[in-house]
Amino acid sequence: MANSLRAEVVQLYKTLLFLGREYPKGADYFRDRLRAAFAKNKDVSDPEKIKELISRGEFVVKELEALYYLRKYRALKKRYY
Amino acid sequence: MSGRVLVGVKRVIDYAVKIRVKPDRTGVVTDGVKHSMNPFCEIAVEEAVKLKEKKLVKEVVAVSCGPQQVQETIRTALAMGADRGIHVEVSGKDYETLGPLQVSKIFAALAKKEQADLIILGKQAIDDDCNQTGQMTAALLDWPQGTFASEVSFEADKLKVVREIDGGLETIKINLPAVVTADLRLNTPRYATLPNIMKAKKKKIANVKPADLGVDVCSRLEVLKVDEPPQRQAGVKVETVEDLVGKLKEAGRV
Repeated sequence: MANSLRAEVVQLYKTLLFLGREYPKGADYFRDRLRAAFAKNKDVSDPEKIKELISRGEFVVKELEALYYLRKYRALKKRYY
Repeated sequence: MSGRVLVGVKRVIDYAVKIRVKPDRTGVVTDGVKHSMNPFCEIAVEEAVKLKEKKLVKEVVAVSCGPQQVQETIRTALAMGADRGIHVEVSGKDYETLGPLQVSKIFAALAKKEQADLIILGKQAIDDDCNQTGQMTAALLDWPQGTFASEVSFEADKLKVVREIDGGLETIKINLPAVVTADLRLNTPRYATLPNIMKAKKKKIANVKPADLGVDVCSRLEVLKVDEPPQRQAGVKVETVEDLVGKLKEAGRV
């Protein structure tokens, strides 16, 4: 029960790490904050709470994708109309 | 109608990187600089994958020309949903002089060989800004072209393309097979997620040489020099209109 959630958490962490490589403020900045955020919630054991945190992480994934897309779109629109 | 789409992707210097000119003025610094897929090519791949998801085409083939490193770009296209890749190996001196004419010859030969129905390209590459490859490919194949496409749809046996032109939007209907070049607002390219990248490692990338396709890649152009644009001069603030007129007369502009 907690094991399958553990796999999900690890997968979420890997996805965020992968996306964070292109973070505008620097990949290191993002990675430090990511580790701090995950370490802060290290001791949570209630599956409900874990699921809620996972969905919060997935929200951040979507936000990052939107951030990257908008950044690229705006830069290209400025250059190429 | 084999339902095959060829998508051209180009490996260029990432759009967010600050470009530096080489000290000997022959080109731009490319060693150690972050490269990625041309943004317009990403939009082209996304459009092809969308067509496949709507079951309007059967297979999406990603094609790129260049040295070994372009395989990463082809893998990104495969991770976005292309079925297989073709790597046309061009390296060293030939790669430095590879231009739209040579690439469009390669594409024309590949389209005939793979019996493609549709070729989707990005409208231009952000490094050379040629905006020629799509048009040249269509001309070499004698296929109709829908360039600067902001919307592509199938209507019966033809392709309806909404083009972005200076005056607004132009809708044209062209016969298949055709060449389409993607503009910025065609779609929103998806982000290649880690599981898709893992799956893409299993997809095949075929290796082809231009000589196998019967294409001669020697260029008829020679780059004489590459320069940075002139530095922007600081502006000057003046107090009154008379000052402004005086300064303009000094500069010889009045």
